[in-house]
Amino acid sequence: MANNILEMHGITKAFPGVTALSNVDLLVREGEIHAVVGENGAGKSTLMKVLSGVYPYGTYDGDIIFDGEHARFHSIKDSEHAGIAIIHQELALVPYLTVAENIFLGNERIGQLHLIDWNRANKEATALMEQVGLHENPTTPVSQLGVGKQQLIEIAKALSKDVKLLILDEPTAALNDSDSEHLLELLRMLQKRGITSIMISHKLNEIEEIAERTTILRDGKTIETIDMNDKDSTQDRIIRGMVGRDLKHRYPERIKHEIGEEKFRVENWTVHHPTQPGRIVVDNASFYVRAGEVVGIAGLMGAGRTELAMSIFGRSYGRNITGEVYKDGELISTRGVAECIAHGIAYVTEDRKRYGLNLIEDVRRNISAAGLLKLVTRGWVNRNEELKVAEDYRDSMNIKTPTVLQTTGNLSGGNQQKVVLSKWMYTDADVMILDEPTRGIDVGSKYEIYTIVNKLAAQGTAVIVISSELPELLGVCDRIYTLAFGRITGDVPVKEATPESLMRLMTLEPKRSSTKEPAQAGAGKGKS
Amino acid sequence: MTAQASTGGAPSKLRGPLATLRELFLRNLRQSGIFIAFVAIVALFAILTDGTLLSPGNITNIVLQFSYILVLAIGMVIVIIGGHIDLSVGSLAALAGAVSAVLVIKHGMPWWVGVLAAIAVGVLAGAWQGFWVAYVGIPAFITTLAGMLLFRGLTYSVLENISLSPFPKPYQNIGNGFVNGLLGGNGYDLFTLVIFGVAVLGYWFAQFRARRAAISYKQTVAPFGLFVVKLVVVGAVVMWFAWQLAHARGLPIVLIILGVLIIGYTLITTRTVFGRHVYAIGGNLTAATLSGVKVKWVNFRIMLNMGFLTGVAGVLFSARTNGAQPGAGNLFELDAIAASFIGGAAVTGGVGRVVGAMVGGLIMATLSNGMQLMGIGLPMQQVVKGVVLLLAVAFDVYNKRRAGAVR
Repeated sequence: MANNILEMHGITKAFPGVTALSNVDLLVREGEIHAVVGENGAGKSTLMKVLSGVYPYGTYDGDIIFDGEHARFHSIKDSEHAGIAIIHQELALVPYLTVAENIFLGNERIGQLHLIDWNRANKEATALMEQVGLHENPTTPVSQLGVGKQQLIEIAKALSKDVKLLILDEPTAALNDSDSEHLLELLRMLQKRGITSIMISHKLNEIEEIAERTTILRDGKTIETIDMNDKDSTQDRIIRGMVGRDLKHRYPERIKHEIGEEKFRVENWTVHHPTQPGRIVVDNASFYVRAGEVVGIAGLMGAGRTELAMSIFGRSYGRNITGEVYKDGELISTRGVAECIAHGIAYVTEDRKRYGLNLIEDVRRNISAAGLLKLVTRGWVNRNEELKVAEDYRDSMNIKTPTVLQTTGNLSGGNQQKVVLSKWMYTDADVMILDEPTRGIDVGSKYEIYTIVNKLAAQGTAVIVISSELPELLGVCDRIYTLAFGRITGDVPVKEATPESLMRLMTLEPKRSSTKEPAQAGAGKGKS
Repeated sequence: MTAQASTGGAPSKLRGPLATLRELFLRNLRQSGIFIAFVAIVALFAILTDGTLLSPGNITNIVLQFSYILVLAIGMVIVIIGGHIDLSVGSLAALAGAVSAVLVIKHGMPWWVGVLAAIAVGVLAGAWQGFWVAYVGIPAFITTLAGMLLFRGLTYSVLENISLSPFPKPYQNIGNGFVNGLLGGNGYDLFTLVIFGVAVLGYWFAQFRARRAAISYKQTVAPFGLFVVKLVVVGAVVMWFAWQLAHARGLPIVLIILGVLIIGYTLITTRTVFGRHVYAIGGNLTAATLSGVKVKWVNFRIMLNMGFLTGVAGVLFSARTNGAQPGAGNLFELDAIAASFIGGAAVTGGVGRVVGAMVGGLIMATLSNGMQLMGIGLPMQQVVKGVVLLLAVAFDVYNKRRAGAVR
């Protein structure tokens, strides 16, 4: 039995009106990779905030023993000093500073006269980057690197502080498969050097692959900690622990219904990069969806998935856009978002916090934001009707909030996503584009979202699902388009599709016959 | 489809009256806090000045003195909710007043030509700034900083560097006049009381209707007893205020203008699509754009509206001072901005209320007036107002941090 590097006993943390954690125990052995799973709102992030001193000692009940000592962290500085580093879901790098500046931010390499010794800083930054398998110039601004590499820089930053315990909050949520693989590899390597890791993740495959033990949280309580080497430590068991019920299928049964006529068609759609002239982001893409059909768009990060959707939706991205959009067989103009909404097109954005929601506004007004005109009589918004609409959606979409007057920013990710979906369903759209509808939300909410997608299709809505998770597309779609380097490379009925065949199409590189530069794959596709 | 997660459980809709009261209070802590602060400040100065603050004559004075700041604050709070700022309103109010003065005093045109011209100047300037902010994409801070210089320069050249005075009597009355003696009364003005009485009845009626509608939509409403108490208290305070005015010089014309603007803009910000779009833009610009809000058009109208209200304020100020001075309206923008922030508008946009800004403006007015009555000099007044502004915004920031921690 190895020693425990971290023991959290009976942690209880209450906020006005809610108990986020009640009597949570977490024991982490020295040198292990320990996964923490749970639905959104289960208390994972709160627990990590308690551990890292974001909620200072005294604002919670319970004991933390770290490295054999009672830990009383009053701030993040304290926990960092003790050797705990936390890497957040949202990266905390300064985009316009260089790699080296970011790595040593707050921990600058001081030379003579109390000035920063840049030579030393850059040299050490290069060495740290090598440890995480990154070969970049330390003077490159961070904004020029992809998300995958930025994540590695965060880890390098943690290493620069002699970290003993590394906490990663959803590290692979924004990464593509090869970057994720690389990150997991790196964690194993750090483990060999004696660094303990706690990984919060929703990706059960990953956890099965990498974690030695897994602690399951539900509703602010520890359910159990299981050894992943045991035979019965299956994904199903984890899911059961997380949701408190059996989830026989990860994807709901499709509702039987007829697929109708063609609803929506895009022809020869080409989009140029908004700031880099000559760079083509979407290249001559054509696709269609029928009423009641769920069509997937599969592509790796940087393939142009979001760019394709956003450029169609009111030309919200890119320039020099050419091509035609047909709705119910008629050519329509999609110059502005309002025009698209009027045509019955909805686009549920990828990043709900930045693009989808007004986080400081209440749930009610977020739900009515896009379909507000439906609530207007003689120029006045009917506020009672608005409230009723919001409460109807809260019930039908199972949005967990005590009242629809709750500030949206206070909801968990899964519930926020349901708010965004409600907003667009209220516009009565019959073409719905869902961009990564289940990113960063828990298994239970995912299932609910898939159920909603099924219902929409059964009602005759044409649904387009953009996703980087192939099992998800195979689970919910009728047909899948593959997108690679801005071009549509395949149109595969789901019955004939396998993850392998799709991946082959998604990595199909364009022939270099034309004089145009091939579209760059963008973030994180290099040999990092 | 048995995906109903049974965790959590729907909270019961049946709550005790106390819980409801607490919820209503907490939800509006930002606004309630400002009302409580206002009452406290009024009470403090009423005691410190031995009641002079609340004397009929002084109340009338406060209304006359600060009306144009309140008019500006109405526009300013909308600008701030939209995520912008307007630094040019002081200069623009001066320019509007100057144009009016040149037409009426120098060229002898009728008084109403001056009023229309001043408002037209405001609207034109608002369109000009709206064009740069909305369609060219210059931040409002820069656009209106330029406007501040530009309009001040135009004021000097329109007036040819000299003050113009006096306006004809009807024009002066807009700022200084009273509706008095229309219905007679013995030692007090009956008309004032009637107007306020009608307003209170209208308010009660509207409240009752809103409550009935809310109940028919099965919303949580305050208990009936509390509701009646609130109506009675508001009615009593308003009628007491009317009684004081009636005992002084009657109903100030500016108060009528101000009342119409406050009611109108409260409705515009809370009940119209334009108003809701302003909040959406200030809360999350990208999300608003992707929800079909025509951001440019909304921004243009925000600035246009600010220009219009600045024109109105220009008329009120020139009428009150009975003339136009090249240096008029200096620092008005800061008073209007301070009123908005004290009244609970968020520095980052997306939050704020017209009524809040009015209370914020009245807090500033009470502070100035109270300290004047106590004989405290201008320098100290500035210091106190500065500290109050800082504390109000600090309260807002603290509030937000507290709200952010509840997750």
